[in-house]
Amino acid sequence: MMVNHDVTDRMENIPDEKFTIIGIDKDAEAPTRPRVGYWRDAWRRLKENKVAFAALIILLILVFFILFGPAISGYEFEQIDADAINKGPSAEHWFGTDDLGRDLFARVWQAGRVSIIIGILGAVIASVVGSIYGGIAAYFGGAVDDIMMRIVEVLLSIPYLIIVILISVITDSKSLGTMLVALTLTGWCGIARLVRGQMLQLKSQEYVLAANALGVAPIKIILKHMIPNTIGMIIVAITFDIPGYIFSEAFLSYVGLGIQPPSTSWGALASAAQQNFMFYPYQLMFPALMIALTMLSFTLLGDGLRDALDPKLRK
Amino acid sequence: MAKFIVKRIGYMLVTLFIVVTATFFLMHSIPGDPLAHMARNLPEQTRENYYEKYGLDKSTSEQYLIFMKNLVTKGDLGESLRYPGREVTDTLLTNASVSAQPGGLALLAGIAIGILLGIVAALNKNRWPDYIVMFIAILGITVPVFVLASVLQYFLSVKLMVLPTTGWGSWQNVVLPVIVLSFGTIATYARYVKSNMLDVMGQDYILTAEAKGVSKLNVVKKHVLKNAFLPCMTLLVGQVSGIFTGSFVVEKIFGIPGLGFYYINSINDRDYTMIIGTTVFAAALFVFVQLVVDIAYSIMDPRIRVK
Repeated sequence: MMVNHDVTDRMENIPDEKFTIIGIDKDAEAPTRPRVGYWRDAWRRLKENKVAFAALIILLILVFFILFGPAISGYEFEQIDADAINKGPSAEHWFGTDDLGRDLFARVWQAGRVSIIIGILGAVIASVVGSIYGGIAAYFGGAVDDIMMRIVEVLLSIPYLIIVILISVITDSKSLGTMLVALTLTGWCGIARLVRGQMLQLKSQEYVLAANALGVAPIKIILKHMIPNTIGMIIVAITFDIPGYIFSEAFLSYVGLGIQPPSTSWGALASAAQQNFMFYPYQLMFPALMIALTMLSFTLLGDGLRDALDPKLRK
Repeated sequence: MAKFIVKRIGYMLVTLFIVVTATFFLMHSIPGDPLAHMARNLPEQTRENYYEKYGLDKSTSEQYLIFMKNLVTKGDLGESLRYPGREVTDTLLTNASVSAQPGGLALLAGIAIGILLGIVAALNKNRWPDYIVMFIAILGITVPVFVLASVLQYFLSVKLMVLPTTGWGSWQNVVLPVIVLSFGTIATYARYVKSNMLDVMGQDYILTAEAKGVSKLNVVKKHVLKNAFLPCMTLLVGQVSGIFTGSFVVEKIFGIPGLGFYYINSINDRDYTMIIGTTVFAAALFVFVQLVVDIAYSIMDPRIRVK
C-alpha cells in the first residue's frame, strides 16, 4: 500500500514537458477524403441516378417557367383579346389562345402556380400532421396508440375523393385555403401510418436501447436518432404525394368544385379546353402535358430519392 | 378465424355509422334553405306542406333519428329534393347497376392485363418487353383520365369513326370507358406485380428450387407467382375506389347515366338528400370491398391472422 501511494505521489510531480509522444503519426490517422455526411451521401447517389436527375432538371425548368413564364409571354393571363380567339400556336401566342382570346402560354404558367402550390403545400401539410400524429402514437404506444390508429383506420376507409367533394360542397368556398383543407383532411393518414411503423421499428433498435441504457434524455433520443432516421422516408413520401395532390386538384377543378375564374389551374384549364377539344385540341394538349410532365417528374424523382435517402437499400 | 371476421365486421359497422352521421350533420350544417329554389314562389300553405313532407320543419337531431331509423329498418335514404317523387335508394340502385358494367369490366380487364404485363416485364427484366411495359405503366400513372378520355374520343370516334363518342345502350358505348378506366389499374398492377416478382425471385427458396433442377416454368408457376400475387390483393381496395372515383369523370365525359354522373349532377343541383345518399352508398360499397378483401387475404395468407 505504502509503495503504491509513493508511486502515484511521484507520478504527479513529473512536469508535463517530460512526456513526449513517440511512434504515433497524427497525420497517418487523418482521413484523406472529406467527410461524407448523410445528405452529402444522398446527394451524391441522387446525382448518379440519371433518370432521377433528369426528372429534377425537368422540374427546375417547369418551376422556372411557372415563376417567369407569365412575364416572358408579354400578356396578362386574364387579358381578353376579341381579335385573337381560338388561335393556334404561333409566334405571337406560343401556345395559342383560348375561346376568349387569352394567351395560353401565360395562362398555362399562371395555372401552374396554383397547381404546384397546392401540390407542395398539400403534401407538406399532410406530412407534418401525419408525422406528428404517427410519432405521438408510436411514442406513447399501448392504448393511446390503439385508439389513434383505430381513428386512422376509420378515416382511411372512407373514399378519399368523397370527403374532398363533401367538404367542397359544404364550405361552398372555392378558395385555395378551403381546397387545401379538403385535400389534406384525411390525406395525412397514410403518412401517419408510415411514420408510426418506422418509429416503432426504430424504438426496438439496438442503438436506441444503448442510448436509453446510457441515460440519454428521451428528447435527445428523439432529436438525434428517431427524427434523422425518419426524415428521409418523409421526404420520399412528400415527393410521391405531390403528384397525387396536383391530380386531385385537377380532378376537382375539372368537376367544377375547384379553382374558379378568374384564377385558374391546370385542371381548370383542361376542363375548359375539353369542351372545345374536337376543334382546338392544342388547348387541352398544353395543360395536360404539364400535368403529365409534373406527375412523371415527381414520381421518378421520388423513386430516385427513395434509393438515395434510404440507407437500408444501399447495395 | 371467426373472431377475426366478427372483429372486421364490427369495424365496418362503426366506420359506416361514423360516415353516415358525419355526412348527415355536415350536410345539415350548410347555411341556407335546401328547398329555397323550389319553395320560393309557392303560396304559404303549399310551402309548409313541402317542408313537412321532407321533415324540414323538425329539428336537425329529430331529422337525424328519422333518417337513421328509415335507413336501418328499410334501407330508405329519403326522397330527392330536386326531383320530388324520386326515391334516393331506387335511383342509386338503378345508377349503380349502370356504373357496374364499365366499372366491373374495367376492373377485370385492368387486373388481368396488368398482371400479365407485370409478369412479362419481370421475366424480361432490362430487355425491350420490360421497357415497353414500364412505359405503359408510367403513362397510366401520369396521364389524367380526362385527358386520356378526350384523346381516345378524338382519334377513335371523331377521326376514325369506329366507336361512338358518347351515349349508353349498346356494347360499343362500353368500349372506350372500359379502356380509360382500366388504364390506371393496368399501370398500377404491372408495376406492382413486376417489383413483387423480382423480390420473390431473389429469395433463397427460388435458388433452392432452381438448384434442385426444377424447370423454369415450374419455378415461376409454383413458387414465384404464388408468392408474388398475395400482396396484390391489398391493392384491390385502392383499385375499386379508383375505378369508382375515376368513373365520376369518365361517366360525365361519355354520358353514361351511372352513379358518378348523377353524383356530380346532384352536387351541381345542390340536391342534399341525393348527395347524402350517394356518399353513404359509396362509402358502404368501399368499406364492404375492404372487408371482403381483408377476409380473403387472411384466408390466403395465414401470417396476417397471427399479427
